[in-house]
Amino acid sequence: MSDTTDSGPMLAADGTPLKESLGRALRRQKIRALALIAPLLLFVLLTFVIPIVSMLVRSVENQIVSDTLPGTIAALSEWDSTQGDAPSEDVFQNLFFDMFNAAEAKEHTKLGTRLNYENTGLASLFRTSGRSMDDIGEVFQDAIEDADARFEDGAFWYEMMSGAGGDTLLADRRTRWSALTGDNMSGDVGFAPSQDIAALLPITTAAYTDFAIWTAIEDEDIVAEEDPWEAVYAALAVDLRDPSRVAAIASYSGAGADALQALTATEMPDLTFTEAFADLDEDWVSPDVWETVQVYSPNYTPGYFLNSVDRELTIDGVEARPENEQLYIKLFGRTLWMSLIITSSCILLGYPVAWLLANLPVRTANVLMILVLLPFWTSLLVRTSAWKVLLQQQGVINELLVWLGFVDDANRLILMNNSTGTIIAMTHILLPFMILPLYSVMKTIPPTYLRAAKSLGATNWTAFWRVYFPQSVPGIGAGSILVFILAIGYYITPEIVGGTDGVFISNRIAYHISRSLNWGLAAALGTILLVLVLALYWVYDQIVGIDNVKLGG
Amino acid sequence: MKFNKPILATMALGLSAGAVGADGHMASDMTLVSWGGAYQQSQINAYADPYVANNPGVTVTWDESSAEAVAKLRAMNEAGSITWDVVDVVAADALRLCDEGLALEIDADEMLAAAPDGTSASDDFGDLLVGDCFIPQIVYSTTFGYRTDMVPDGVDAPSNICDVFDLETYPGMRALEKRPINNVEWALLCDGVAKEDVYDVLATEEGQEQALAKLDTIRDSVIWWSAGADTPQLLADGEIFMGSTYNGRLFAAIEEQGQPIGMMWDAQVFDLDGWIIPEGLSEERLARALDFVKFATDTQRLADQAKYISYGPARVSSAPLVGKHATLGIDMAQHMPTDPNNAANTFLYNYEFWADYRDDIDAKFQAWLAQ
Repeated sequence: MSDTTDSGPMLAADGTPLKESLGRALRRQKIRALALIAPLLLFVLLTFVIPIVSMLVRSVENQIVSDTLPGTIAALSEWDSTQGDAPSEDVFQNLFFDMFNAAEAKEHTKLGTRLNYENTGLASLFRTSGRSMDDIGEVFQDAIEDADARFEDGAFWYEMMSGAGGDTLLADRRTRWSALTGDNMSGDVGFAPSQDIAALLPITTAAYTDFAIWTAIEDEDIVAEEDPWEAVYAALAVDLRDPSRVAAIASYSGAGADALQALTATEMPDLTFTEAFADLDEDWVSPDVWETVQVYSPNYTPGYFLNSVDRELTIDGVEARPENEQLYIKLFGRTLWMSLIITSSCILLGYPVAWLLANLPVRTANVLMILVLLPFWTSLLVRTSAWKVLLQQQGVINELLVWLGFVDDANRLILMNNSTGTIIAMTHILLPFMILPLYSVMKTIPPTYLRAAKSLGATNWTAFWRVYFPQSVPGIGAGSILVFILAIGYYITPEIVGGTDGVFISNRIAYHISRSLNWGLAAALGTILLVLVLALYWVYDQIVGIDNVKLGG
Repeated sequence: MKFNKPILATMALGLSAGAVGADGHMASDMTLVSWGGAYQQSQINAYADPYVANNPGVTVTWDESSAEAVAKLRAMNEAGSITWDVVDVVAADALRLCDEGLALEIDADEMLAAAPDGTSASDDFGDLLVGDCFIPQIVYSTTFGYRTDMVPDGVDAPSNICDVFDLETYPGMRALEKRPINNVEWALLCDGVAKEDVYDVLATEEGQEQALAKLDTIRDSVIWWSAGADTPQLLADGEIFMGSTYNGRLFAAIEEQGQPIGMMWDAQVFDLDGWIIPEGLSEERLARALDFVKFATDTQRLADQAKYISYGPARVSSAPLVGKHATLGIDMAQHMPTDPNNAANTFLYNYEFWADYRDDIDAKFQAWLAQ
């Protein structure tokens, strides 16, 4: 290496160092290659990777609880479920303001649906209670308006609440709204809370700011012209319950000070929010409901995954689900077991056909090939429905067997609406995926090997088993992987001919996606299925070796 | 050139309408979502064709996705692009869509036509206006049909819901829907629970077990269906003796195909089907959707639909107008689930109950099925 210092780096024809020039040429080549695959890469990324990842993320996502009830969740962290009591008044007070906003944005029912997956009855609890938030607020509104008619006027409120220095509060409430609705809630509100009033009446200011943001951005109205929500009156009543705030009002001199001071002299309704919610529905004061809310308050939850393996998340940790609700582990096991049976029957039926295809004269083999491919080109639904006609008790197969006298008319075979039906129909449907890779591998095995083996004294069986079969194993491997992985995710055929004991886990996934709308659970089940397939692929690689898989050549 | 005609017509219509200042801002394309099959055809005949005849230039596209409407609307909403204008769903799905904020809230008196005698829409539909978003169209029922030629000798044809659970008198296979709804109610009813107590019992753990235990007694003789067309096919092929399905499907099998099937109306469960308008449509599309829905749910149109399919119109004022079947010429009134002779013993789908208990009981039902 010492002589390079003498002669300098080796140069290319254009005088640049050879290393650099070579590097540039290689880089260009790489970019060109990348550009060539870019459309496919983008396509796969956009239509496959992103949707799948976003679906899988749903299996742990759980922001809906803290987004819908932010104040309640914060207050609830103080609550100790082991005491067996309902949470404190503070929790119910926060619940009222959270629910009021959620009902205004029509988000409370979504939360009800979410929590109903975990605790039956919460859907209607949230739905019916949401409607009554106005009524609770009205109790306070009536009292305040009776005490001083100025509080009936939207413009009066606007003047009292407006001012400078409350920008953080505004931004904070805006963030809450966007978390709740999923919109970004940007735009001019036409209102800014005053710092003084925020210090004097913190709950009222927060409630009024919520009202102002919603009015300006969602309803597209002018805040000053609208009368505040019932929740704002309730908030004022709550603020007035605090003696230190009442004392501060006495020395307050901002807008509306005299009205507020007059208000402190009047009696406010002594309705507590705990009573109000208990009146709506006794379930609100049941610790059971609050346990569910507390357990599912974090932004991410293992709950869906636990449900997918027949466990549940409770306040005391992970527990097995009641026996009469256990389903998924059994279904996973059945899916794997039946896919294995289907794969084995495909090997048994497909191997001789592929051998024939590979060894018959080209013309005959081509005809046979069309017979293999023809069902492949027919719609899946048509083929499955055809199996229905064949397999049912009054179907073609049973009729034939009865006519031939193999089966008694009164005891016809039950060939469908059970696992037998699924296995028969799916074996037929997946058979081409076994035959084609087998065929393309067998095509490459020279027939001379068999002849050589025989001429060396091997029997037909030895020649096949010791010489031919080992060379066809890569085809079996490729076919098995294809068939098994396709089978494990099948859902139309089991749905139509599977009855009750022939359905797969995919049927439950489909049910949760399209019927029960429990997408989190569907995502968790899907993720487990994906991991199972990958694990099996890895095991296969360890045992057979993925190099031993050939789709042809 | 052929394709340009509707567009030109639309433009001309738009221009003239703009000139007189009426219905100027309505979209000219509309995607309607329904269930396909004979039901959708009856809607085309009774609603869509007359509407297009009145509004030349409007193009109607049909999508047969009602079975997955809730899931698809949710996905569309998340993607921020709603491609449907008016969607036909069962009432339970309408409630869920309303709960999720995916369907437009309806003010019946303002948005729907009054009856010819001036009765307001809300009075005309009455209790059938369930939830805030649902515009009822028809009343259908889930009931049993049986093979008349498979009734054992010397025994009366099945006429009581509990005959379904009586394997001794009525041996043979049954078809039931592969979900708990309706089946558990029937099971409790035939296990000695009074009709008015069914949902109270079903709300308890023991009640749910009782229902499944009753279903267990016929379990080996049941084929579970998931598509409404399954039961008529199974009956026609002689695979089953009796099975539950929608009454319109049975009507088609009996009257249109002449199958030897009898109706057992006892303990039929009424359910409603109707329209919802998705939340988040543009102003023009919303105007068109509302215009269509107002037309398609007026008294005459609802009565017209009964000419093509045996589902009862959801308006009180439509009932007297129900006439004869459009092609068969038979009187349709007696085939309606709401006909007094058929409605001696009925249930109404309990939306509130099932909104809460659907997931819970379904989990138990599926676990029971998988045993």
